[in-house]
Amino acid sequence: MDIEPLKIASFQIRSRLFVGTGKYETYELMRDALAETGCEVVTVAVRRERMADKQGRNILDFIDPAKYTLLPNTAGCFNAEDAIRTARLGRELLDGLDNKGAGWVKLEVLGDKKTLLPDPVGTLEALKVLKDEGFIVLCYTSDDPVMAVRLKEAGAASVMPAGAPIGSGQGVLNPSNIRIILEQLKEGDADYPVIVDAGVGTASDVTIAMELGADGVLLNTGVAGADDPIEMARAMRLAIEAGYLARRAGRIPRKLYATASSPIEGVIGTKD
Amino acid sequence: MRIRINGQWHDRSDGIRVAGLLRELELEPRRVAVELNKKIVRRADFDKTSLAEEDSLEIVTLVGGG
Repeated sequence: MDIEPLKIASFQIRSRLFVGTGKYETYELMRDALAETGCEVVTVAVRRERMADKQGRNILDFIDPAKYTLLPNTAGCFNAEDAIRTARLGRELLDGLDNKGAGWVKLEVLGDKKTLLPDPVGTLEALKVLKDEGFIVLCYTSDDPVMAVRLKEAGAASVMPAGAPIGSGQGVLNPSNIRIILEQLKEGDADYPVIVDAGVGTASDVTIAMELGADGVLLNTGVAGADDPIEMARAMRLAIEAGYLARRAGRIPRKLYATASSPIEGVIGTKD
Repeated sequence: MRIRINGQWHDRSDGIRVAGLLRELELEPRRVAVELNKKIVRRADFDKTSLAEEDSLEIVTLVGGG
């Protein structure tokens, strides 16, 4: 059976794995790893042009804007104003490339340099402004269910709760909160997209997120930082499919005691 | 005249336009976005927008990120 496309606002996305483009040792490795993940959406950051390095290669030489939908982020912004300006610049860049991603943004407004946890107040502020300017906003947030609801109410096209701190590789630290977020955001709105973003360390983290009911997973360091990013990219592709299918297949319940898998009667024995 | 580009002061010819500045910096217009005094300059306006003393520009591009 086919995996259904993920719908976010007007976007129909074939692969539920969103992959970041940062932290790779080389652009070539990044290009090959992205291809191996089978992803369609890749995130990119917006930064000042380094003017000293004329020999510097551009990431766009290694990501085909016709093949991938670029999702610009506002990573590194610690206040709403910077995030808003960055989002606008990101849209301008994607407009120039004729990429399908022009107009959407992964909104991150960070609160703390060590934890890279989001600043909920700044995030909400920026979300409202960007929504009014016509952006489709995917909001990075912590796994706080109250905040998740506020962001949806304020018009986020998708809420993206972190599994664990960015780049920490700890997987989904609080599955209960993720489940609560899923339940509350999808109440009466089953298709509202919730994507677990941040903290993914290995394939099973992705599968666990999907089995909890997430609609997708966004990761970067988990692949870029692996010993063998290409192999890990492949593992992640399999993991997202496994998790999606397992969820759809309907798992058995967890029980305290055993229920035998083989028939109880007809066993040869010494008891007769 | 003195203008700020990406946080640094530079000396550039009076009245230079954004398009001209990008040419001097050897930057491809399609791969950058420009913000002048906190307002976006659309690509179509690069060759119409002149810069003035103490203008502040952000010239940005896409890079890898998560």
